[in-house]
Amino acid sequence: MSNRPETDLSGRPPSGVIHDLGYRPYTGPRLGEGPVAWSFFVTGLRNAYGLGRSGRSKVLPMTLLGMMLLPALILTGVLVQARDVLELDEHLVAYSTYPLTTQLLISVFVAAQAPTLLSRDLRFQTITLYLARPMRRSVYVVIRVASLTAATFLLIGAPLLLMYVGGLLADLPVGRETGRFLGGLAGAVLLAACLSGLAAVVAALTVRRGLAVAAVIVVLLVSYTVVATVQGISYDADSETVGQVAGMFSPYTLVNGVQVFLFDSPEGTITPPDSTAMGLAYCAAVLVMVLGSLGALMARYRSVQP
Amino acid sequence: MHVIETAGLTKRYPSVTALDDLDVSVGEGVTGLVGANGAGKSTLIKILLGLVPATSGTARVLGHDVAHEGATIRGLVGYMPEHDCLPADVSASDLVVHMGQMSGLPYAAARERASDVLRHVGLAEERYRPMGGYSTGMKQRAKLAQALVHDPRLVLLDEPTNGLDPSSRDDMLALVRRIGRDFGISVLVTSHLLGELEQVSDHVVVLDGGRLLRSSATTDFMHATGSLVVEVQGRPDADRELGQALVDAGLVARPLGGTLIEVDVRDETTPDVVRDLTVDLGLGLVRMQERHHRIEDVFREGGAGHVQPA
Repeated sequence: MSNRPETDLSGRPPSGVIHDLGYRPYTGPRLGEGPVAWSFFVTGLRNAYGLGRSGRSKVLPMTLLGMMLLPALILTGVLVQARDVLELDEHLVAYSTYPLTTQLLISVFVAAQAPTLLSRDLRFQTITLYLARPMRRSVYVVIRVASLTAATFLLIGAPLLLMYVGGLLADLPVGRETGRFLGGLAGAVLLAACLSGLAAVVAALTVRRGLAVAAVIVVLLVSYTVVATVQGISYDADSETVGQVAGMFSPYTLVNGVQVFLFDSPEGTITPPDSTAMGLAYCAAVLVMVLGSLGALMARYRSVQP
Repeated sequence: MHVIETAGLTKRYPSVTALDDLDVSVGEGVTGLVGANGAGKSTLIKILLGLVPATSGTARVLGHDVAHEGATIRGLVGYMPEHDCLPADVSASDLVVHMGQMSGLPYAAARERASDVLRHVGLAEERYRPMGGYSTGMKQRAKLAQALVHDPRLVLLDEPTNGLDPSSRDDMLALVRRIGRDFGISVLVTSHLLGELEQVSDHVVVLDGGRLLRSSATTDFMHATGSLVVEVQGRPDADRELGQALVDAGLVARPLGGTLIEVDVRDETTPDVVRDLTVDLGLGLVRMQERHHRIEDVFREGGAGHVQPA
């Protein structure tokens, strides 16, 4: 080392000196689009749970995850302990119904974390730093939604996994439980994608976090309330087709309907799709919701100025 | 080799022409891009990054066409935006590592590079604190660090001294100089303060209203003008007395503001004449120096009166 500091007059090397190595150019490998997108996805997923951010931002997502797991834990505990007493041979709450029961928690999570991933980059104009790098705009949008979807899927899927493991411990039939569990997970993926897409569109329209959170919650809760009301009325009025069509307008009832149609899961609504045509319409509605959200986001980000 | 080359580059917005038929070549080293607010500096940078399409004309950065090879260019170039762009709840360390990864560095390399560049820009322990609590000077350093983390071949610095106090401004300028000289990274740095670029750049490009006003080496801007600046003291109107004496002696002299006098050099005896006259009048000669042009004179001569001199 040529620029190692000289010893001082007392003959000892000076302490507390920072060795200035000068500027060192980087000669190592540079990764392509795929690995960059993957690391962007992972960072987004971690950020959604507050990891890699301030301590305060971990509180809400971690609390919600805990609250999502708690009912599943209790239900599983009851199943394991009191199976013989209560003569149970299946879960107290079906995998497909669980997200519908805990929808308030899921809605709050999506509403709070969509702005974290989308509005934050717009508000602090960090988006400029991404746009000034090789990643394309469309990739940015897709990966942001993917991170949010994965985070939401973890929130919905974790209690289902807990219930599945508990069910096996309680000696429920393995084959039947595995089938239902996988159906539940597939539903969780669809629900996470629908919710994330909708929430991302709302969050990308505003740079104000509070406004975005409130708007997402209102959209999700109001749509469910309206759908449930219409379904109730149509059921009483014996015009169930109206209720079935209405079910496509809330992500929760929509995905539950798809699970009923595809996996023969127990119904979570009073007017589930009962014909093949209606079932296919439900599947198409999921696609429209996810792709439509992505399309709207692409249009929104085309107008973002660096 | 030219780092940046534009030919007939034009950018029109519906209501305004931001760049008008611009032909510029920028070589290696530090290049200053000067112009008033709205002269087209930021627009030029965004076109060079391939973020904004040009209306007509071409531009090449490091040999790549901005219209078709934007992603390649953005991999080789670092960009420090003019505006704030730092998330408040993330630490500088985390952001710079992340941005390194976004430029294609593997995680371990990104961490090492981030720690290196944060040291070079002078962010010590505070790099681990959320950036929301940073001073303007610290924010500018963090912004510069993220532009350098992937070891670019060229950095585009948009107003890096904006909002800094005089001492942080000097630090930032010294850093810009080091990036160009010691790091071996070419720099295009914009400013609306001319004096700053005089200090750090090898070459200066002057934009005015989207057109090229002048492009030449910094030394060309500052050649000797053939006149002396003289300052005397002694009596309250000492400068006027000396000025009168100089004119009487047949020299061309004019007041330069304050107590300064500018004297045109006629031949090699002119400094002696000034000295002798000062002694004869019983005044004290404080200084006598050759006068150099400053970059801002280009604007006076070029008629672009609305640029703020430093």
